[in-house]
Amino acid sequence: MTNNAMINIATLPKTELNTEFARARFKTTSSLGILACHQCGKLWKEAQEGERCLHCNATLHMRKPDSLNRTWALLITACIMYIPANMLPVMITSTFFDTHQDTILSGIIFFWVSGDWGLAAIVFIASFLVPLLKLASLFILVISAQRQSLWRQLERAKLYHLVEIIGRWSMLDVFVVSLLVGLVQIQGFAQITAGVGIVAFGAVVVLTMLASLSFDPRLIWDTADSQISSQSVTAIDGSNKSV
Amino acid sequence: MHEISDLIACEHCDAVFHKLSLSNGEIARCTRCGAEIDRNAQERRNHLLPLTIASLIIFVIANTFPIVQIELQGLVSKTTLMGAVLSLSTEGVSLVALLVLATTILFPFMQMLILFYLLIPSTNPDDRPGFSLLIRVMQMLRPWGMVEVFMLGVLVALIKLSNMATIIPGIALWAFCMLTVMLTVVVSFNPRYLWQLEISEQEEK
Repeated sequence: MTNNAMINIATLPKTELNTEFARARFKTTSSLGILACHQCGKLWKEAQEGERCLHCNATLHMRKPDSLNRTWALLITACIMYIPANMLPVMITSTFFDTHQDTILSGIIFFWVSGDWGLAAIVFIASFLVPLLKLASLFILVISAQRQSLWRQLERAKLYHLVEIIGRWSMLDVFVVSLLVGLVQIQGFAQITAGVGIVAFGAVVVLTMLASLSFDPRLIWDTADSQISSQSVTAIDGSNKSV
Repeated sequence: MHEISDLIACEHCDAVFHKLSLSNGEIARCTRCGAEIDRNAQERRNHLLPLTIASLIIFVIANTFPIVQIELQGLVSKTTLMGAVLSLSTEGVSLVALLVLATTILFPFMQMLILFYLLIPSTNPDDRPGFSLLIRVMQMLRPWGMVEVFMLGVLVALIKLSNMATIIPGIALWAFCMLTVMLTVVVSFNPRYLWQLEISEQEEK
């Protein structure tokens, strides 16, 4: 498989490629007044926001509608749910002798103490670190997008991509608990039941996934700067004649 | 409202590029943010239909047979995935039961069925009701199918249990292993490229 680097219609000298200024000079659909269909990828000229794509009938939007507000709402709810998710027991084990309750962290400590370090690491990363880093990353992304910040745009774009890929893996604990609950049902001898914590934990995973889905990565590149400079590029080199 | 057919936009950063014609297997990447913009997916599409059918068959096996059986002091207990969902729902955490049902059974199954329907070769591509709606559904389901995460969950749960009980792996465990690999390939196909293929089919006519 070969990779083809594409040539932006505002072609840049190679030396400028990595500077923030050069990045800001890329022509975008918003600077050209085009709407791109998010479903089939077709570009439409002279289309109005909310009109339908003539090719696939999806509604056309310049950006995901109300992206920042929705992401904020979901993100804050996720933060609130994060507290019970970690405080309340996710799993209750009752054996012939005793009953004990496990939270997410005590489950990890149990693995660590019993010598399963690899497993403790996997569960620690998937159930504790990933949700925490995901919340932090989304905060960074939303706040910097809101301020139209020019700070590390490429790194932020990569961060968003990473959040999208790894977010799903925090469902791990939900699956572990459900399987244990289904399996260990030996009446009167050993029984595992699900605790309320797992509901909150599942909610955190779903809410952060929804938050990252409602965030529009194009907002990372929408800076006041890019609007102005791309217009001036159009005026200078007139390279948008193909449009 | 007119179509601009010689340009293409990056979904991730909105940069606009001249469209390149790609040969088989080639991928075009955005020079601004590095995301994939376009791909010649014809070859992958041809591999996809047999793979989807095979995944469907393995999916059925994975869900009919017990995943694992445990033995504790002569007492035996086993469960299927559906069995685990049902015991969750009887315990008052029906929201979690619903979440597990959706992410491991319902959504992956729907994804495979829709893809199967969309990929069946047909003599007349215009005559495929719901094409646009189904691609939209595919796009929406894509982040929510989590068979591979479930697979890791099974392994963690088994190691957790191995201290207190004897574990006998069931047929479904192996089926889930295979399903994980196959679904990773199937689901990594971006349904948006079905549009591109649809267009080229129409152009050939």
